[in-house]
Amino acid sequence: MASAGARERSEGQAVITRGLTKRYGSRLALDGLDLEVGHGEVFGFLGPNGAGKTTFVKLLLGLGRPSSGTGQLLGRPLGDRAARSKVGYLPELFRYQGWLRAREVLTFHCRLAGLPGAGFPEEVGRNLELVGLGGRGEDLVATFSKGMQQRLGLAVALVGSPRLVVLDEPTSALDPVGRHDVRELIRRLRQAGVTVFLNSHLLSEVELVCDRVAVVDRGRVLAQGALADLLSGEGPRVRCRDLPGEGLPGLGALARDGEWVSVPGLDSSRTPELVAAIVAAGGRVYQVDEGRQSLEDRFLQLLERA
Amino acid sequence: MNWRPVEVIAGLTAQELLRRRLVHALVLLTALVLVLTGWGFSRIPHLHLGGELLTPQLAKLAAAQLLLLVMFMFSFVVGLTAAFLAAPSVAGELESGVALAVLARPISRAEFLLGRWLGLALPLLAYVALSASVEFWLVAVGTGYAPPDPVGAEAALAGQGLVLLTLTLALSTRLSAMASGVVAVVVFGAMWVAGVAGAFGSAFHNTAISAVGTVSHLLVPSDGLWRAAVYEIQPKLFASASLSRVGSPFSATSGATPAYLAFSGAWVLLVLAIAVLSLSRREV
Repeated sequence: MASAGARERSEGQAVITRGLTKRYGSRLALDGLDLEVGHGEVFGFLGPNGAGKTTFVKLLLGLGRPSSGTGQLLGRPLGDRAARSKVGYLPELFRYQGWLRAREVLTFHCRLAGLPGAGFPEEVGRNLELVGLGGRGEDLVATFSKGMQQRLGLAVALVGSPRLVVLDEPTSALDPVGRHDVRELIRRLRQAGVTVFLNSHLLSEVELVCDRVAVVDRGRVLAQGALADLLSGEGPRVRCRDLPGEGLPGLGALARDGEWVSVPGLDSSRTPELVAAIVAAGGRVYQVDEGRQSLEDRFLQLLERA
Repeated sequence: MNWRPVEVIAGLTAQELLRRRLVHALVLLTALVLVLTGWGFSRIPHLHLGGELLTPQLAKLAAAQLLLLVMFMFSFVVGLTAAFLAAPSVAGELESGVALAVLARPISRAEFLLGRWLGLALPLLAYVALSASVEFWLVAVGTGYAPPDPVGAEAALAGQGLVLLTLTLALSTRLSAMASGVVAVVVFGAMWVAGVAGAFGSAFHNTAISAVGTVSHLLVPSDGLWRAAVYEIQPKLFASASLSRVGSPFSATSGATPAYLAFSGAWVLLVLAIAVLSLSRREV
């Protein structure tokens, strides 16, 4: 897992799709979707229910066939067997053989993944520990709560140290502690250079862990990019009094809205400069708004525009 | 085609049969039936007819008749077991979502389906061979009657089970588990009735009705293989006397030709190939 990222950065993108379209009869589930996910990224795939997120994931993994368009997964065509051997997948509908013990489910996936038999016990034990199911390996899956089954699904997705982990709504059945654990797990995967494709409609979750996101609705990408760029909003503004003049040296012309002043086009990263310039010009600062939108605001804004 | 995933799926399927206690239940009930029928057969030589003990010849004939009846029941058990085992093994996994995590692994749909088929077919074959062998042995010990070709009979019964198993598996790639099982059982029953009708047609030299039997034996060779098993179980005397027992599902005037056996094997392979194609084209 540790060397995967470095090895693959030279191999292009982890996921590329071009004009990926999926029709179910007359219903268009994916409408020419173009997407790129770099190696080692934690990529958030956001959208409301029915936006086409799960359909997209299924096409990536060869569980469905696109109506048109192309794509690559880890440099191989979509659904390719060799690519799938390097991918871990937690489905949105996570179900595992209830008549097996948790340890046996993981052993079965070790076999399917083609791992050498001698390494099974270590692999199984490590993954159960990682998802907080250490000590529950001998329990029947049928006795697990939904949350525990989702944790088991995460452990299954980690079998074989995959280079890409696709998590479809990975915290839907988890309590706050479980959600926190999943975030920590995703961070550990990122540190190990593993690409994580996080399919979710839980914006706070995505905001906390993702490097880049794409917002989809009705099968189309409304926006994609680095989270910081996507949330940059209108720029910083400051509530102040006694600020003379129409501009600030080195920053530009001022825009006023009551006691609020801002410099149009100024990036939020230059907020400290703006405050310093206002104070230097004699202004008294009462409040600073960095101007970043929350992901929820941005998400709703994009959906409204669409 | 990679053999390892086939083995893994076949192993899991067989393990499921054991873990869910299906095998236990089937073995226990079969053992009970074997004990009861074994006892029943052992009483035949002690029966009286007109105040006198049955002659050994008559006892053997009576045993042969009863054995055909028992094996008829057994063939139904094999057919229904095959259908009810196969119905949920693919459709159930697709419906529940268990198949999602499995099929995302480096395994082709063909390997998945072949693994399922093998994991069900091998235990079914072992069950047929073991149960039928014990029954034939009990009859031989109790009455002295031994079918002319017990191995041929077992092979034909196993073939009938494989036909039903493969048909149900193919149906379950598209239908729900319940629908697959029901359709397979209805087809099984319909072919049996068509076989009886065909035998009537042959006995009365009615070409049209006779064709019903022939077509049914080609459409789904379950009844054709049952008739082949009957021929190998019954005394040779019955075959020539069959015309006097027109339409009976417990008699056959001739055994299966090598061409028909080859056709049945090809039928199983063809339906298995259709099942693979159907599952490969299905969205999961």
